[in-house]
Amino acid sequence: MLKIKDLHASVEGKGILKGINLEVGAGEVHAIMGPNGSGKSTLASVIAGNETYEVTKGDIFLNGENIEDLSPEERAHNGVFLSFQYPVEIPGVSVTNFMKTAINESRKAKGLEDMPAKDMLKLIRDKSELLEIDRKFLSRSLNEGFSGGEKKRNEIFQMAMLEPKLAILDETDSGLDIDALRIVANGVNKLKSKDNAIVIITHYQRLLEYIVPDYVHVLHNGKIVKSGTKELALELEEKGYDWIKQEAAV
Amino acid sequence: MDLKDKLVSSFLAFENNVDVHNPVHDVRTEAIKNFETKGFPSKKEEGWKYTSLNSLQKIDFSIFPKKESTLEYKDVKKYFIHQIDTYKIVFVDGVFSSNLSETTHDGVDICLMSSALTKPMYKAVIDVYFNKVASKDESLTTLNTAFSREGAYIYIPKNKLPKKPIEIIHFSTGNDTSLMLQPRNLVIAEENAEMQIIERHQSLTSNAVLTNSVTEIFAAKNAIVDYYKVQNDNDAASLIDNTYVDQKDGSHVKIHTFSFGGKLLRNNLNFYQNGERIDSTMKGITIIGEKQHVDHHTLVHHIEPNCESHQDYKGIFAENSTGVFNGKIIVDKIAQKTNAFQQNNNILVSDKATINTKPQLEIFADDVKCSHGCTIGQLDEEALFYLQSRGIPKKEARALLMYAFANNVLESVRIPELKVRINKLIANKLGVNLGFDL
Repeated sequence: MLKIKDLHASVEGKGILKGINLEVGAGEVHAIMGPNGSGKSTLASVIAGNETYEVTKGDIFLNGENIEDLSPEERAHNGVFLSFQYPVEIPGVSVTNFMKTAINESRKAKGLEDMPAKDMLKLIRDKSELLEIDRKFLSRSLNEGFSGGEKKRNEIFQMAMLEPKLAILDETDSGLDIDALRIVANGVNKLKSKDNAIVIITHYQRLLEYIVPDYVHVLHNGKIVKSGTKELALELEEKGYDWIKQEAAV
Repeated sequence: MDLKDKLVSSFLAFENNVDVHNPVHDVRTEAIKNFETKGFPSKKEEGWKYTSLNSLQKIDFSIFPKKESTLEYKDVKKYFIHQIDTYKIVFVDGVFSSNLSETTHDGVDICLMSSALTKPMYKAVIDVYFNKVASKDESLTTLNTAFSREGAYIYIPKNKLPKKPIEIIHFSTGNDTSLMLQPRNLVIAEENAEMQIIERHQSLTSNAVLTNSVTEIFAAKNAIVDYYKVQNDNDAASLIDNTYVDQKDGSHVKIHTFSFGGKLLRNNLNFYQNGERIDSTMKGITIIGEKQHVDHHTLVHHIEPNCESHQDYKGIFAENSTGVFNGKIIVDKIAQKTNAFQQNNNILVSDKATINTKPQLEIFADDVKCSHGCTIGQLDEEALFYLQSRGIPKKEARALLMYAFANNVLESVRIPELKVRINKLIANKLGVNLGFDL
């Protein structure tokens, strides 16, 4: 599904990713953990095609295709989805209209007609139920005045609507209380299938109790310094990140 | 002959067609003298530093239309908010069009300035209100006053509310290769009266048109006036709008200005708060490109205590377009407890577009809340990335963000069909189909 080879990326000349190697297969859940400033969010942004970051070396393959020259929207059309740590507020555009636009633009890119209104309504209804989202919420302006939890739930709702092949969840657990965390995790688990893959970026182990990863990677100073199974996450929770830093320094 | 000389000499011909014994004509005579002395404003004047009328003065405008034209409703229907029933005061090349209009005298007067200025039954009102708030020394206003003869006359008596909104539309047909129009409107809302007005100027050909319009609005105690200016004319048409508002205790006057089309647009909105608990609101959305020029000059004069004013102008400037925002707020010494807010936010979409924005606050009272802010920026890259990452192509994503940027100005539009129309005009102007009905 996703293959990253020796990826280097920088912003304004400052190197942030310094040789990432990662392979994520279909049906797998990977967690990327690491201390603040280790490059986790940068990695997520670079995979999704954020042009703020410059890829200086290395390649990203999605289903065997090098996606380096694809725009963010083309990557989205190819099945990449990024759940943002800080979703952007768009006043005057309702959640429903935003999703209609997003879905129909993706269909247009694939040479398909707009989704019939009836099907769209049904899809919106089904997916909002999955995330226990109130219908009234859908007519509000996108993310405007949403609480932290509502924003994150809305991100996963968008994921549910767009049905990506590769979903990257960037700090989806931050700002969530325990009930919201459960709803969001439940939603993600229901969306999980043998055909898609999920990359969870998180600082804490908390979310991983609900969405159990197949693999855990530790990112430090722009490199993956340790990989393991879900037990590694527990170890990190217990011991913190200092021992990783020390190990990496040796 | 330059335009000024032509106008001054045309005044004699004009006098052959109006009653020179009517006291109104004394007002006109005074006004033409003022214009003759001052002439057109030049860039040397502070208020005209960024807006030049030079190229317009080189055009050989007809001052009076040469022949009458008629239009069929079906051909111009799209310029009306035709989804709803409205009163209509319609002019074609400056001449009242009875077949396109729907006026009334049923409890309220929604009719013609030419009648109001000449018929004895209106004399008492004209004596009290005509040219009473409009400037007597600003040259373009006095030019309009000198030629004031036709326009909309709206009088809503105490406690009355017209059954439907009022549309004032000026069409120009291109019968003359270039035409100068000087409509004069008088709007009076007596105590507790309420009304909604939509005004539009529309040229139907690519011939040059210059409109120099003056509107006087009087809002008596607790009256409510909602005035919407839809400026979406073609690129050979220019408009200078001079609006003067006199407000009394507890009145609310709101003016929305939507500037999308036209070669040169200059809006001079002047509010005078002659009472307490007054609310004056000015909102605007400007979206222009190519070589268009839009200049908003606002003035709010807080003359009495305990009043509010709100200004919120959004501008999006593409290509070689230029914009001006100059917002002047005067708070007199006596006007304590004034709340005056002013906001002007702009996005420059191209390197060649320009905006000059200037807040001008003159505050002589010491217990007031005044705030002003102006921003000039580009689209937020992170927001753009967010939309693109959802599969929305860059062009549409940009349009969506610009739409979102301007959108909150529409919240206070109280005619839903007009709101839909403005939304569509915005989408058209941004050059995208956003895939849903905004």
